[in-house]
Amino acid sequence: MAIIQGTEIKITDKPEGVEGQGFFATSLDKAVGLARKNSLWPLPFATSCCGIEFMALMASHYDFGRFGAERLSFSPRQADLLMVMGTIAKKMAPVLKQVYEQMAEPRWVLSMGACASSGGIFDTYSVLQGIDRIIPVDVYVPGCPPRPEQVIDGILQIQQMVGNESLRRRNSPEYKAMLASYGIE
Amino acid sequence: MENLLTFVNDKLKAKFGEAIISSSQERDFPVFVVERNKIIEIISYLKEEAELGFGFLTTMCAVHFPDNTGAEFGMMYQLHNLPKNLRIRLKIFFPVSDVIVPTLTGVFPAANWMERQEYDFYGIIFKGHPNLKRILNVDDMDYFPMRKEYPLEDGTREDKNDKMFGR
Repeated sequence: MAIIQGTEIKITDKPEGVEGQGFFATSLDKAVGLARKNSLWPLPFATSCCGIEFMALMASHYDFGRFGAERLSFSPRQADLLMVMGTIAKKMAPVLKQVYEQMAEPRWVLSMGACASSGGIFDTYSVLQGIDRIIPVDVYVPGCPPRPEQVIDGILQIQQMVGNESLRRRNSPEYKAMLASYGIE
Repeated sequence: MENLLTFVNDKLKAKFGEAIISSSQERDFPVFVVERNKIIEIISYLKEEAELGFGFLTTMCAVHFPDNTGAEFGMMYQLHNLPKNLRIRLKIFFPVSDVIVPTLTGVFPAANWMERQEYDFYGIIFKGHPNLKRILNVDDMDYFPMRKEYPLEDGTREDKNDKMFGR
């Protein structure tokens, strides 16, 4: 995470470890976590106005790329982070679930805005009342639509999770049980 | 054409007689309520007859009046004469026990998707339609959501309660 302020460049902190002349030793978990969290490939699943707000987030003013997530992946197979932005109709729900299933582990989900998180104002027969009814969600960003700053905050929380999670989260019984509760293999 | 309502009414009455149940002017729209079984012939006549020339189906939609016993459901057709810029509206009504309407796809192919939509939302059966299945809602939906007996809301929503939203 390099933040340029004048000529001062801040580089992300190194994890705990043993340091000496010419070497630095840390656990693999921490090294991989550090790499993962600063190189997220988000998949934008933008279905409505939150998607427009996301464009502002990606553009130069808010510059999402500062957080290492410069490269959007439009293929679920290469993406780490599914960003669901907008109203998900019930007819769209199986598509969203399939996109999630096609993503390779490790994968995270950010639900942006009221509609994706809870259905929002669309309390109606045709709209899915929150994407957490079909796929697990890691971070919810409230708002209608949320400000880009809020989404950045959500991304930072995702990074926090990514950096601190065990290397093989997918092998843990809790994670398997959680996926099974959604009927995902 | 000085009075569209009278002109079309006279033409229709001469041709179909009793099948034209009523005619009235609603704002700038002449509205004709007609017999359900004659609706296709009437629209076809309005389209083909040179003096009328209503060659464009602007829209069609179903309506549901649950308190209107014996005529709970209706269909509305809106036609447009493009060269003369004239518009008329036709209505038919029928009971909930018998929601079968002849298809308009033979006269206006554009009616295909509109009829599928009315089937999707109101469950109206268009007899003779080539592909009558849901068009907008999920395929496995087991009811017709725009019928008044079904609630508009999802029903599984958890974050709303009576205290806050007056349900």
